[in-house]
Amino acid sequence: MRRIVPVLTVVAVIVAIWYVAAVFMNAPVQRDMDKRAGVTSTTWELVEKTMSQAKPTLPAPHQIAVNFYENTVKRKLTSKRSLVYHSWVTLASTLAGFGFGTVLGIAIAVGIVHLKSLERSLMPWIIASQTVPILAIAPMVIVVLGAINITGLVPKALISTYLSFFPVTVGMVKGLRSPEAMHLDLMRTYNASIGQTFWKLRVPASVPYLFTSMKIGIAASLVGAIVGELPTGAVAGIGAKLLAGSYYSQTIDMWAALFAGSVLAALLVFSVDIVSRVVNRLMGGRPA
Amino acid sequence: MTALLRSWQSAVALLLTAIALIKMPLFAETAANAPETATVSVIVLLAVAGSVAAFLPIGRAVLAFVLLIAAHAGAWLLLSSLSGNEAQARAPFFLLVAANWLLAWACVTHLSALSPRSRPVATFLRLLIPAIFGAWILIIWEAATRGFGIPFILLPPPSAIGARIASSLPTLAADVQQTIFKAVLFGYVVGSGAGFAVAILADRVDFLRRGLLPIGNFVSALPIIGIAPIMVIWFGFDWHSKAAVVIIMTFFPMLVNTVAGLGAAGHMERDLMRTYASDYWQTLFKLRLPAAMPFIFNALKINSTLALIGAIVAEFFGTPIVGMGFRISTEIGRLNLDMVWAEIAVAALAGSVFYGVIALAERATTFWHPSVRGG
Repeated sequence: MRRIVPVLTVVAVIVAIWYVAAVFMNAPVQRDMDKRAGVTSTTWELVEKTMSQAKPTLPAPHQIAVNFYENTVKRKLTSKRSLVYHSWVTLASTLAGFGFGTVLGIAIAVGIVHLKSLERSLMPWIIASQTVPILAIAPMVIVVLGAINITGLVPKALISTYLSFFPVTVGMVKGLRSPEAMHLDLMRTYNASIGQTFWKLRVPASVPYLFTSMKIGIAASLVGAIVGELPTGAVAGIGAKLLAGSYYSQTIDMWAALFAGSVLAALLVFSVDIVSRVVNRLMGGRPA
Repeated sequence: MTALLRSWQSAVALLLTAIALIKMPLFAETAANAPETATVSVIVLLAVAGSVAAFLPIGRAVLAFVLLIAAHAGAWLLLSSLSGNEAQARAPFFLLVAANWLLAWACVTHLSALSPRSRPVATFLRLLIPAIFGAWILIIWEAATRGFGIPFILLPPPSAIGARIASSLPTLAADVQQTIFKAVLFGYVVGSGAGFAVAILADRVDFLRRGLLPIGNFVSALPIIGIAPIMVIWFGFDWHSKAAVVIIMTFFPMLVNTVAGLGAAGHMERDLMRTYASDYWQTLFKLRLPAAMPFIFNALKINSTLALIGAIVAEFFGTPIVGMGFRISTEIGRLNLDMVWAEIAVAALAGSVFYGVIALAERATTFWHPSVRGG
């Protein structure tokens, strides 16, 4: 209770501010429309009308909720207008990219921990690669791969891979190095080989780090997939839905798509969290 | 046998060079500008010398130096022999490139095993090793694109991108001015500043902190970038809409990190401040903010990348006819891939400089922190 009440209060305040903002931002357009129609509306009528425009500057929360409900629950899942369909398209490339990215990140981290030359030559570039606004090359990746007839899921997944491998690499390097010198010395007194030290000491020690970075990685993957959908000419996916909305000024559709993306992000992070808790318990970890 | 195992890169390089010699010439017979026999001999001799040096009883530093010279001189000669012979390269050419690459790998291995006593030399090595790695990405890229004759619209060679940067500096400068100096910097300062201010407010009002922090954490995981088209509708095509996206993207990381940082000061220190009868603001400025600096700088670093991404992606949704995102999306439409890469190189450079400046400021501000002091 102590934790829920403040959060709900803040959410309520945000929604209230949103409604007020919606009235004020939509009012000028509404007055204009009224003037052209030759109607004079009272203040209350004006407020009501600002919340039921077809293309409002800022849709009221209930408009977004209604649109979201209609496009998820009421539509057939295979329909091109169903947000579930678009979310699925985005989710597929997010998960593919996240899978590649995690495997790649772990592989690089294992290499870096064991090969000194790799650490000293590759690590600075991995860090530098993140100061690069990599999403800027997303359209190019899509267009170039499209030119050699690779379209659909793979190019988007590649962008997600790039965005998600970095947190995993950095987290895993940290995790694989996290065993203390004392534990490593113990393994040496047991005459353990490098492989044995790796599987019995380094890997178990790195698991909490892995899940922490996977949470960051999966959120980044989703962003990559959404941005990857922008330049494909709006075929399918949440990004395509956003782009189509911005072409036709369908603001309610855009907000609903954004909301769908947020729900997706929350679900993804939440499921990684669940898996991490289960694994942690199975491995006998104590709650931190 | 151990010598062979220890320097297997050199052994394989020698083998590749031998195969290349048997399979000569480097380029197809139709090549317009085939290199002279003398040049080819020098390339082969360099590769052989580099490979053999690994088995001679010389010191590690000397060996690394020999390998460095041999591998890069060989690569340089190979690349310059490409001019006029694009897409005509045969197997021996790529074998020799691979041999030189293996020598460079051996060189990096030896360099990383060195542990010089003097500080400047160590710093030099710390920069040289990644530089060799980066150089080889460019060399292989150049050799592959020009050697195989990969179409320009798929992947232009680095030399063409470099030439493009040099020839269109005014355009690039105008784009940087529009995107970075207007949208990114304004949005970054306002967004981070607002996040910081709200964090202080949340720190004073505990109810707000408990309400805002979970929401801030949640929002940080959301694809906020999707707000870009909406901001373009609200604030128009010019830089204001991009700055708005940047403000929203940078606000939450700053909020979450600052709130976390303000809790970083230890109990002992806080108790000490209380025994001094210092009030809230004195404790804040003299103890808690300095203690929060590593967290705040962490947010500033995250934000530096987010700000660039936000501004560039927001430009995909509509801009005046200038800006980095605008240039990237239009030049892709015209398949001017070299210009796109030039823009990306500039963005990468800007991102690194931005990050570097913040990292330097962090070193100056948090000189007391163990990670800076070196421990």
